[in-house]
Amino acid sequence: MTRHQTINAVISVLLAATLLAAACFAILQALSWNWSGVWVYRQVFWQGWLNTIWISFAALALSIVLGLLAALGRRARYPALRWLSAGYIELIRGTPLLVQLLILFYVVADAVGLQNRYAAGILILSVFSGAYIAEMIRGGIESIGKSQLESARAIGLTRWQTYRHVIFPQAMRHVLPPLAGQAASIIKDSSLLSILGIEEFTLAAQQVNSATYSTLESYLPLAIGYLALTLPVSLLARRLENKFRYET
Amino acid sequence: MKLDFDDITKRYGDHTVLDAITAQLEFPHVLALLGPSGGGKSTLLRVIGGLESPEAGSLMIDGQRVPTTEQSLRTFRSNIGTVFQSWNLFPHLDALANIMLPLTAVHGLSPEAARNRSLELLERLHLTGHAHKRPAELSGGQRQRVAIARAVAIHPRLLLLDEPTSALDPEMTAEVLEVIADLKAEGRTFILVTHAMNFARTVADQVAFLAGGRIVEQGSAEAFFTAPQSETARRFLAKVLKY
Repeated sequence: MTRHQTINAVISVLLAATLLAAACFAILQALSWNWSGVWVYRQVFWQGWLNTIWISFAALALSIVLGLLAALGRRARYPALRWLSAGYIELIRGTPLLVQLLILFYVVADAVGLQNRYAAGILILSVFSGAYIAEMIRGGIESIGKSQLESARAIGLTRWQTYRHVIFPQAMRHVLPPLAGQAASIIKDSSLLSILGIEEFTLAAQQVNSATYSTLESYLPLAIGYLALTLPVSLLARRLENKFRYET
Repeated sequence: MKLDFDDITKRYGDHTVLDAITAQLEFPHVLALLGPSGGGKSTLLRVIGGLESPEAGSLMIDGQRVPTTEQSLRTFRSNIGTVFQSWNLFPHLDALANIMLPLTAVHGLSPEAARNRSLELLERLHLTGHAHKRPAELSGGQRQRVAIARAVAIHPRLLLLDEPTSALDPEMTAEVLEVIADLKAEGRTFILVTHAMNFARTVADQVAFLAGGRIVEQGSAEAFFTAPQSETARRFLAKVLKY
């Protein structure tokens, strides 16, 4: 970075910080805060926040499995498997999560008799996220050069050994950074599960709001609570990106 | 070693790379495949190594037919050591792990035994200090020597070297050619595709000259270089040995 660029960056950051501080100050002045009403319900927030964490974790783990299966399915020898995987990925990526939640929960889950709304919610979130992860994994696998596969063939590795020893370890480099980003997306997207009555963080804030009528005091902690989860994950994604960019 | 080609044909689309080759090549230890680029040398080497299946024809190595099904080809390939022009090492593994992988994954050696055998080879190729470096941290010559070590480690019945020095500068080329000369001194059997004519002349027992997808002529290295029989070979040698 040149000196000129450094000065510009510093000025920009200072300007943005000043504006932000001014805006916050104006809001704080204009509103008469009422935190005491919300404070009574802190346990609701806490429980919702914890639920969001484990729901997101479960959905991430399950969606990696689904993504891996779909990515391998797209490269399968049997056309039926390839079509099935491609159909799943395109269908999910082409429709909003909210629509998927409504259809899969009220129609499909109901039809197959899946009563547990937490299980249903996690499953739907995983199906949604799995389609995106499948494309990341496919991109990672396809980034492996032909000469590598040739080498694997030459030394006599089987198809599975080639995946295990040659493709997966190298594809990880390409997949890990966007995967960390996807983890942050899952945390945010899990807020939509509130419409199914799953008591995660967003639903908790809505409940507090309707009990206290303190809208901003209910939703400000909500935003901060999500940021507390997504910021570290985003930082991790950034670090992974840098780490793998320089290491060949 | 004896190679029996019967009507071997290989096409890429409309382009015929190997044009119904029928020939017998016999050599004690080292065979060099020479000829102009695009003449079919590398493709023939890949057919011998079971990496490329010909559209037609068959190949016998020492009286044994090279298999055609993927399953048996894998076993066949695992007993042949192949060295590529651009080394094709696995970039995520260090030199030692590159050599060990075929030993443990394909040949069923214990990690212990594979490690010992690999370290021994690295030492013989003067690479001991580089055992734990990844390919990106090695020079071209070092990479190619690791690739040779990987190919030799499996105790192959046959080694195939596909233009092993074409991607290297002169100094590294010398480094690698020295190793290949050592392979001959150890009595290993190998087939070499190369543009390094003077080296081919000193190291090869037998030479096959390919042009236009056919084996135009074959003979002892000495005979080929001193008195080539065909007009194509004469012109080729005159051109490449001129400077």
